[in-house]
Amino acid sequence: MATVPEVRSEATAEAVNPMNPDPFVIRRVKRETEDTFTVELEPQGAQKDFRFAPGQFNMIYVYGVGEIPISISGDPADTKRLVHTTRAVGTVTKAMDKLRRGDVLGIRGPYGIPWPIDKAMGQDVVFVAGGIGLAPLRPALYHVVTHRERFGKVVLLYGTRSPADILFREELENWRARFDLDVYVTVDRAMSGWKGNVGVVTNMIPKAPFDPRNAVAMVCGPEVMMRFTASELLKRGVDQNSIYVSMERNMKCGIGLCGHCQFGPVFICKDGPVFPYPQIKDMLLKWEI
Amino acid sequence: MENLESILAEHPFFQGLKEDHLNLIVGCASNVRFDAGKYILREGEEANTFYLLRFGKVALELVTPNKGAIIIETLDQGDILGWSWLIPPYMWRFDAKAIELTRAIAIDGKCLRRKVEADHDLGYEIMKRFSELLSKRFEATRFQLLDMYGNRP
Repeated sequence: MATVPEVRSEATAEAVNPMNPDPFVIRRVKRETEDTFTVELEPQGAQKDFRFAPGQFNMIYVYGVGEIPISISGDPADTKRLVHTTRAVGTVTKAMDKLRRGDVLGIRGPYGIPWPIDKAMGQDVVFVAGGIGLAPLRPALYHVVTHRERFGKVVLLYGTRSPADILFREELENWRARFDLDVYVTVDRAMSGWKGNVGVVTNMIPKAPFDPRNAVAMVCGPEVMMRFTASELLKRGVDQNSIYVSMERNMKCGIGLCGHCQFGPVFICKDGPVFPYPQIKDMLLKWEI
Repeated sequence: MENLESILAEHPFFQGLKEDHLNLIVGCASNVRFDAGKYILREGEEANTFYLLRFGKVALELVTPNKGAIIIETLDQGDILGWSWLIPPYMWRFDAKAIELTRAIAIDGKCLRRKVEADHDLGYEIMKRFSELLSKRFEATRFQLLDMYGNRP
């Protein structure tokens, strides 16, 4: 079980220091796939709302292990519960995977530039997600579903590795059952007997039901997937200024001080993680950056 | 009622094709349907047809030792199934199974091969279209080989 320092009660000056994490208690851990899990958190001590915009991230501190950036994957309308979904792949996320209900994590945030929800109002919205990239898009999906009347057609194209790796499966099935959402899922490989789609997520773009001249696309996944997705969206006729991608780099401070997440002339933590495609498209082709 | 000619003319794969070329292709075309679970083609068998899928879903499968059949791609409405009819030795490289009731236009490859040998302009048009199709499939296969979802985005 993770230990946590005393809750700071009177250090007002400390409370505004963006480098100090606030303690949050784990209320629920949900296994999503073999290596991916979701934690639901509540602020420890004084009850306060946690507000964020879809696409923002938090710096999560596993006490005694380390701190990492993870996008928020919950509903922005639910200010009482903070939700993060991640894969157990590194030292910190593997330690996090061992935590249980009642354990405490340190949270700094929310940080970063969110998805362009306002710009998407009145237009078709195309979400393209790859693998764990569905998690940072989910808050935007929640928002669009809650305010469905404000948007045109809403399409989610989701690609992942195999049927066993499909994230938020129950939710995807519920969304797909709605008359006002178009949800398409594809996997890279499957055994015979799978009745769904097999193939890369970019294959679904030419046939997806949206008006490319009146659409905003939000894309999140591995960089190579985002590059090819942007290229297919452009081919379909989507304006490059209407394509947004969410980048990930080695963020340390989360507030643009340390420079760890520098990506050419920008800092991913402060200027991103969501970027208009034209702002970063040239850098996506330079592996040295 | 839609006839074969209008269906082929409206299909994106044949978009821009001259009317006399389209008529030559229509002469090799027929309507077909496959029930769910039925194999449309089998690896190693002679490849003499390709299909314009109009409805349903088809899985391209590859049988691997100890693992059974792996689905490597699914195709549905608007997709083209089969390119081995065009390239010697005209043998299917994969199995294709209808996983839903599937309706398609079948184009007789032997018939079309004869026609493209006689009319190289038509042959060039067909080759251009299949080259694009093959390059897309090739790119998608490379993409899948990356196993990009195995790591963090």
